[in-house]
Amino acid sequence: MSVELDVFVGNTTIMDEEVYQFWLDGYTVNDAVKVRMEGGVLEECEASAEVLRSDTMDQYRTFQMCERLLHSPAKLANQLLFQIPPHRQAMLIERYYTFDGVFVREVLGKKLSKGTKKDLDDVSAKTGVTLKSCRRQFDNFKRVFKVVEELKGPLVENIRQHFLLSDKLARDYAAIVFFANNRFETGKKKLHYLTFQDFAFCAGQLIIVHCNHSRVLMRPALIGKEFLQDLKELKILITDKDLLDQHKSLVCTALRGKTKAFNEMEANFKNLSRGLVNIAAKLTNTKDVRDFFIDLVEKFIEPCRSDKWTAGDMRLYLTHYTNSAHILDTFKHQVVWDRYMGVIKSCILKMYHD
Amino acid sequence: MPGKLKAKIVAGRHLPVMDRASDLTDAFVEVKFGNTTFKTDVYPKSLNPQWNSEWFKFEVDDEDLQDEPLQITVLDHDTYSANDAIGKVYIDIDPLLSSEAATVISGWFPIYDTIHGIRGEINVLVKVDLFNDLNRFRQSSCGVKFFCTTSIPRCYRAALVHGFVEELVVNEDPEYQWIDRIRTPRASNEARQRLISLMSGELQRKIGLKVLEMGGNAVVGYLQCFDLEGESGLVVRAIGTACTLDKLIPGSEIKESPLAHGCRSSHNSPVHSACSSQRLSHSQNFSVSVPTLVFTGMGSGISVGKEAGPLKTLLRQQAQSALEQREFPFFTLTCFPPGFLVHIGGVVSARSVKLLDRIHNPDEPETRDAWWEEIRQEIKSHAKALGCHAVVGYSESTTICEEVCILSASGTAAMLNPRFMREGSVCVYSRFDDASPPSCGFCHIPYDEFNMPFPAQLTYCYHCRRQKVPDVLFTTIDLPAEAAVTGKGCLIQARLCRTKKKAQGEVNATAISNLLPFMEYELHTQLMNKLKLRCMNALFGLRIQISVGENMLLGLASATGVYLSALPAPGGIQIAGKTPSDLSYDQHISTMQKRINDTIAMNKELYNIHPPECIEEVVGSPIPDRQRSRLFRSTSESSDELSELDLSHGKKDAFVLEVCYALLRCLSIYLSLSPGFYSCNTEVMPGIYNWTSGLQMFTSVRVYRLNNANLTNQGLNKIFTDLCENLLKSLYFKLRSMIPCCLCHLNFTVAVPEEELIQVRRHTPKNTSPILFIFPINILVKIKLCVFVCFPGSGENEEQLQFSMELCGESTSSNNQPTAKPSVSSVDYGSFADRCSTWLELLRLKAHTIRRGSVKTTSSSERCSPLPEVRSRSLRSTRSLPCGAPVTVVKMTPLSFLPRTRIVKYLGIINMFFIRETTSLREEGGVSGFLHSFIAEVFAMVRAHVAALGGNAVVSYSMKECVFMENPNKNQAQCLINVSGDAVIFVRESDQEAIPPLITCGQTSTTGADGTT
Repeated sequence: MSVELDVFVGNTTIMDEEVYQFWLDGYTVNDAVKVRMEGGVLEECEASAEVLRSDTMDQYRTFQMCERLLHSPAKLANQLLFQIPPHRQAMLIERYYTFDGVFVREVLGKKLSKGTKKDLDDVSAKTGVTLKSCRRQFDNFKRVFKVVEELKGPLVENIRQHFLLSDKLARDYAAIVFFANNRFETGKKKLHYLTFQDFAFCAGQLIIVHCNHSRVLMRPALIGKEFLQDLKELKILITDKDLLDQHKSLVCTALRGKTKAFNEMEANFKNLSRGLVNIAAKLTNTKDVRDFFIDLVEKFIEPCRSDKWTAGDMRLYLTHYTNSAHILDTFKHQVVWDRYMGVIKSCILKMYHD
Repeated sequence: MPGKLKAKIVAGRHLPVMDRASDLTDAFVEVKFGNTTFKTDVYPKSLNPQWNSEWFKFEVDDEDLQDEPLQITVLDHDTYSANDAIGKVYIDIDPLLSSEAATVISGWFPIYDTIHGIRGEINVLVKVDLFNDLNRFRQSSCGVKFFCTTSIPRCYRAALVHGFVEELVVNEDPEYQWIDRIRTPRASNEARQRLISLMSGELQRKIGLKVLEMGGNAVVGYLQCFDLEGESGLVVRAIGTACTLDKLIPGSEIKESPLAHGCRSSHNSPVHSACSSQRLSHSQNFSVSVPTLVFTGMGSGISVGKEAGPLKTLLRQQAQSALEQREFPFFTLTCFPPGFLVHIGGVVSARSVKLLDRIHNPDEPETRDAWWEEIRQEIKSHAKALGCHAVVGYSESTTICEEVCILSASGTAAMLNPRFMREGSVCVYSRFDDASPPSCGFCHIPYDEFNMPFPAQLTYCYHCRRQKVPDVLFTTIDLPAEAAVTGKGCLIQARLCRTKKKAQGEVNATAISNLLPFMEYELHTQLMNKLKLRCMNALFGLRIQISVGENMLLGLASATGVYLSALPAPGGIQIAGKTPSDLSYDQHISTMQKRINDTIAMNKELYNIHPPECIEEVVGSPIPDRQRSRLFRSTSESSDELSELDLSHGKKDAFVLEVCYALLRCLSIYLSLSPGFYSCNTEVMPGIYNWTSGLQMFTSVRVYRLNNANLTNQGLNKIFTDLCENLLKSLYFKLRSMIPCCLCHLNFTVAVPEEELIQVRRHTPKNTSPILFIFPINILVKIKLCVFVCFPGSGENEEQLQFSMELCGESTSSNNQPTAKPSVSSVDYGSFADRCSTWLELLRLKAHTIRRGSVKTTSSSERCSPLPEVRSRSLRSTRSLPCGAPVTVVKMTPLSFLPRTRIVKYLGIINMFFIRETTSLREEGGVSGFLHSFIAEVFAMVRAHVAALGGNAVVSYSMKECVFMENPNKNQAQCLINVSGDAVIFVRESDQEAIPPLITCGQTSTTGADGTT
């Protein structure tokens, strides 16, 4: 005797959040049953493994049928096939679009192309996330990217409205889309210590400025056409020797006695300043944009770390470094400087950890 | 030309991509009614077309209006090749024909294709202008209302109950026409769907005519069935109870004064004796001995009891004369207005085995009419034998296997109040009424105690002590609301499998008819024993289903067991061995006996049955051995748990052990499931009164394949029992998060589809390959309809309970207490937004309960307080909908009501038939995936139709038919589903209660808004 067909359908679709998570995580039915059995549902209800299996199968089928709708979440609210209470709909969507930090770290900045998708089995082996789950997450990124690419208006808001995601998740997606679009290098060994949240924060800093088209918007805000030239002008801070010396002495006066790392700061000032200003100049070249993070780490963060600056030192230094430029009377590009340093400062502070 | 039908196609959405090149669709719509077709313009390159068409007007006879559905076809325009069909929508416009039901159909309908399922949605507006037609000879019956509900609908009053109406129409099945060999599966399915839609329209119209002829205006308890006879045709038949209903004005006093007309309903037809038909039947009221009854200090009781004698005869005479004019005094109702039901005799049933290939002219309904006529006559005579003049809770069914067809009918013999039969006998009624209080009156025997139709032990009623009652009572109706019950009820099932030899024609029919009485007997014995095991004495909602397969017969009896306070306590079960002398054997028996006794004791606790036993103690009457029913061997070889006690039959030890385990297993299952779970197959669970409005309807279908072809009766029985138990277990597991809850109206259906048969019978090119399996037997167990109602059970609600509920109190306290603890008056609903709505419901309910308590003591201004919260809740729920126009939530339930709500309007009957076929079974997730999505689609379509009528619920919903056929070798499957129910608008009771004070304040419009939440 074998069960040929086993179906359970409710007028209001019945879903178990735990099973949903198993499904999202790419567990097979058998694995999910095993985990559930270990979880002790059976003792609770004195059900048999068979019952558990049948329930899991039912749920999996329901989720599979819902998946099509989850691809365009707005449809979930006005489709007629499943009667799902609104708060459940929100849960389904949010969980479906939630991703694993380890996974996203691997594909961050990569082109969301078929080629990348083919390599997902390596990613899966490396991160321990099941291939099925990897594919789902990757397809989610791609789907969001595709939709947002065509839309006007603020990026985060577009994602939130189109995919009905929470604010936090929408921001994360904005970051992912932003990284994919600019193909920032994140995979170098020197960048390994950075988490997705570090990058997401930096992305958030970089895309604050509003533009009227996402295609433009998805490029770092600092490259807006009007700033292109101005950013180059900042070079004067390192090319003009008088200005550089003046800047250094202003910063050093302000810092003296306030930090233990003062000597290192003074010694390295010119190098560090050159690093930061060069990054700004490099941003004007679209191709060099992808090296933004690696440059930041190599030219600024690493030297400071080897000099054992504390986070407080860093903040102090950057604050004075930014502010002192205002006192330089020959330096005319105060607005661009503030804007550039504002972004760079918060990025560095976020990235300055072990 | 008495009617004008108008339809407008507004828009479409989520259409499928029909043009691969552009990933878009050029959609247009054909609107067809009768032979007239209109088309919309093509809306090019869009998946969300906005046609916004003009009003298409059809001028039609009202006869057609009743028969025909409005057919809407969505197509993809193709310049070079034929236009591709996307899908269809059939709209039954019957609800628009009654002035009291819906006035307009407007909403989104799923576009359905029999091969691809739902493919997008279409927004349609439909209206009907009717002209009055006073032609006496008209063929239409517009305006007659139909209700699936088997009680008087909630917002109506029965002015007159006329009686039984039936009709039957036959047609050739398109699936078996020669043309089916050349047309596509889609065309064939659509022809079938359309035909059935037409036939049920015709059937309703004809029944409506009969009702009008009788002077009624409605059919209640309308039950329509399909018989897919195969080669010999397709039969659609229906029965119902004709009534004259008056609409109740909300707020007015409900006054029941139903009167019945003497009217004959069914037409006579010549009786063809379709050869080799065997009938058998028996009234089901078996008796088990009862304890001697002693009167204590109720001197007057005896005299009144004697007085009641002549009264009873008088009553009978009156009722009989009123009902005798009627051919069949049958009522499909299962719930009655108070006072309607006087006495219940017992279950009457009749079955008859017929051969379909011997019908002389299959296209005519005469033969089938004659068959049913025969059976109904038999039922009538059984009822008479029980001293009853009417049959209530009447239903008919068939089971077909190849050319053999078993027709079954069953009901409950009853005496009805003469007041309902004829005017002018009110005084007798009132006197009689004094003699038997409503809480036990229906239990009193209708037959003469000195001339009993079957051996039964009679005692004086334990409630009124005046009249005689039987020791057990079996009925097919719902528990009368006024009945006095001790403890809680529970679902009781008897299951039985019998193998039979494979045979053809008459031999087969004879074999089946020879088996049937044994099966009925065994099912009955099983029911009786299980009833006793649970210490109960009455069964309600009894439904016995027998289905035929090629080499087996299946019997499944379900009912709800109850302890009626008026009936004597059931005796224990004593096992008697016929060949004693063996010591170890005796020991076996005694341990088993002990276990049985323990079980009974445990069940008593479980179901909270604590009947007053003082009577016996006071008098000290010895409880005689007679009190225990003795199980004697049944002569048959096959059998199941208890009737298996065939101890004189060799292999004794084995048997004893088996019985022992079977009993214990059955026992343990029920015990383990019990905390917080209750199940019954009646509308309400006896003994539970505090329902919440949180309710969930579900359908579950299972098919098992039996591998072993040579299974014995015993083996099959075990398997079958396991299947049913497992199915129940599975349900309990799935619904565990909703404890405490009750499964009501559990409706089991079994079928034995035979694989090779399906293949052979389908002559279509799609399915011609013969099947390779030799004897694959599928047992299809369907739990078709179950409602699931949560009820709160923790401490705060005690005040509402009439019986204390320790059991569920334990189970909920852990879940529920933390959330419920904050003083209820300041419950912040927003904070529970993420919780399951059931809990919200529950909390609200609690708040409500408490508040209602306070109303009694404080001023009326307090009474308004629930509303702001109710309203804020509904506001919040609409706000939290993500975006777009929210889809109306439509509740579905097999119950005739929704707990804690009030039905304000009936919008019309929903009766839909769908076929789904696939040629890519594996791709759709196998048979389970296929059926899962199909059932979900059917639900969606029912909901869409109800929402379009303006309703927010379907009551008395039932899935009448679910035929599933597959051919995994060819990757194909086909499924037919028929559903029916009543579309209604309901409002929550709490809203209603909150309204009166508001109306005085000048705010009136709250019902509409809240009704939709």
